[in-house]
Amino acid sequence: MLQTLFDALSLGSLYALGALGIALIFGVMRLVNFAHGDVIAFCVFALLWPSTDAMAIVFAGQLPWYLLVPFVLLCGAGLSVLCEIVVFRRFRNANPATMMIASFALGFVIRYFLLMLYSSRPKSISLLPALSQPIEIFGARLPLLQLITIVATMAILIGLTLFLRQTRFGLEMRAAAENFSMARMLGVRANRVIMGAFALSGALAGAIALIFGSQTGTVDIQMGASIMLMAFIATVIGGLGSLGGAVLAGFLLGAASVVMQVALPVDARPFRDAFVYGAVILVLLFRPQGLIAARGTKERV
Amino acid sequence: MSAVSSATETSLTGEVIAAKKQARFALARKTIVTPILLSLLLIAITLITVMTGSRPFNQTVIDVLVRVIFVVGLYIFIGNSGVLSFGHIGFTCLGAYAAAWLTINPIMKSSALPGLPDWLLQTRLIYWQAAILAALFAGVAALIFGKVLMRLSGIAASIATFAVLAMINTIYSNWDSVTGGTSSVVGIPIIRTIWPYLIGAVAAIFIAWAHAISRSGLALRAARDEPTAAAASGVDIPKERLVAFVVSGAVMGLGGALMAHSIGVVTPDTFYLSLTFITLSMLVVGGMGSLSGGVIGVVLLSALIQALRWMEGGVSLGDATFALPKGIQEIALGVIMIVILALRPSGLMGNREITLTRSNRNT
Repeated sequence: MLQTLFDALSLGSLYALGALGIALIFGVMRLVNFAHGDVIAFCVFALLWPSTDAMAIVFAGQLPWYLLVPFVLLCGAGLSVLCEIVVFRRFRNANPATMMIASFALGFVIRYFLLMLYSSRPKSISLLPALSQPIEIFGARLPLLQLITIVATMAILIGLTLFLRQTRFGLEMRAAAENFSMARMLGVRANRVIMGAFALSGALAGAIALIFGSQTGTVDIQMGASIMLMAFIATVIGGLGSLGGAVLAGFLLGAASVVMQVALPVDARPFRDAFVYGAVILVLLFRPQGLIAARGTKERV
Repeated sequence: MSAVSSATETSLTGEVIAAKKQARFALARKTIVTPILLSLLLIAITLITVMTGSRPFNQTVIDVLVRVIFVVGLYIFIGNSGVLSFGHIGFTCLGAYAAAWLTINPIMKSSALPGLPDWLLQTRLIYWQAAILAALFAGVAALIFGKVLMRLSGIAASIATFAVLAMINTIYSNWDSVTGGTSSVVGIPIIRTIWPYLIGAVAAIFIAWAHAISRSGLALRAARDEPTAAAASGVDIPKERLVAFVVSGAVMGLGGALMAHSIGVVTPDTFYLSLTFITLSMLVVGGMGSLSGGVIGVVLLSALIQALRWMEGGVSLGDATFALPKGIQEIALGVIMIVILALRPSGLMGNREITLTRSNRNT
């Protein structure tokens, strides 16, 4: 029971962090960023030395954790901001479909860039091996990593909330998410806010990369995509542009996956994802605007 | 008195009907140039291919024609409704597997896919009959899913179609006795002549055109551009969307069946994210709101991919051989797509169609 709860929470944490990264960018520039998954993959690969050998040559991954974590977060933030400056800045006024396809094309470029440097074979690495030992809490044996995942996610969420509520930059960002042109007229600098959103979202991608990389112990070009898909769905169920909604929906999706894995009859278990997606459609039918509808997303006539 | 007025009324309604009919024919005459020109383009490409007689080139052009069917199928729904759909490749998957079920040799079928019902195990159809049935099957599936999905709009609808794609993929990847699971289903008769694919692509183009000038298509495009005004003028938006969804689902199913016959194997993952994105990119690069844009997007991007592959293989200029390193092909493709979209955010064609007369806007 406790095991299930922790499984649900740790899977939900990943989805929630991913959804938050997408929602942050969507909030300020109405862009559904498909390249986010590839930023995650990039962050993991940044730990390795470029080589096409099957053996992973660990490079930055050998750093002690207090250097490793900032390094990965910076990698994510840096790449994300770079994407903004080089690509997305040119699409500020494009329609959402065009931006979506552009972000997909960008993700494609990042993915094949990694493929060229590292080859497509999955590689195994042991990131922070000390964390995989189990510990005992309330009679349940849990991997320490799971606990740290949950605690770290909570810390990130609280930190981000404080940042958005208490600082001037956070205020500007929330204003921009609500009504971008109005915020600009009141003196919010568009470029700064958007770059800030991209940096935050990239850092979140770095966090996911660290957690996911140490959970699975493998590095794979495709690894971003699976999380991305769920995170993307979570963003919409939560209400596009609503950060709280994204986090809530991320945890709900994680919980739904884990609970169905336990509760479904054995024959139906391989079809678990189909049930999860069916539930997604149901939620959308009853609340097309998302669980927590963001203000200002509905167009006025 | 009353008899007179009713008589004039009947003659009036008769006149109105006649006028409407004439308007419909005028519209058809005015717009038919576009599908004819597009078909001519495809026929020209096919003829050149047949004349060169090269096998690999033949296969490449078959791929292009199949993708034309996909992108035209996408256009029927996305272009006319303005709702981005990620789910259509799911219907392609349904069509491809339906074609496989109907055409594989019964002896192979009963050992590879024992879960199929008896009547289906005994059936063996010719490929074009199977393709038509596959299209109908995909259309029915689209009707069922569409009934539910078309109540949504905007980004919620896009995500719901995404969920449909993922659902179909999960089911087909795991229902081992009927779909062979993630391992590939082999033994589908391979059709190597190019003509059936050409006929399929041209048929898709004309279906798209006929839908676009039909009452339902016109109403749907009105709803795309001005949803509030269209709804106020009595357009039932969910219904018109459903019509387009079913038609485009059937076209995607046809494309799936033909794709199955062009490669001879099907796996669920052939019909998943990468095919979804490549076809969507072709549509958006060409111009989302235009049939010509879709077809031109396919032809251009396919030509580009082929040229890059060729350069990757090595080009000899004089004595030296230049070859691009592996992976450059995809990177270059991505970069070129971004550049095109940055320069022309609404695609190469925008909302326009190719016609003989200039500045004929497709509204």
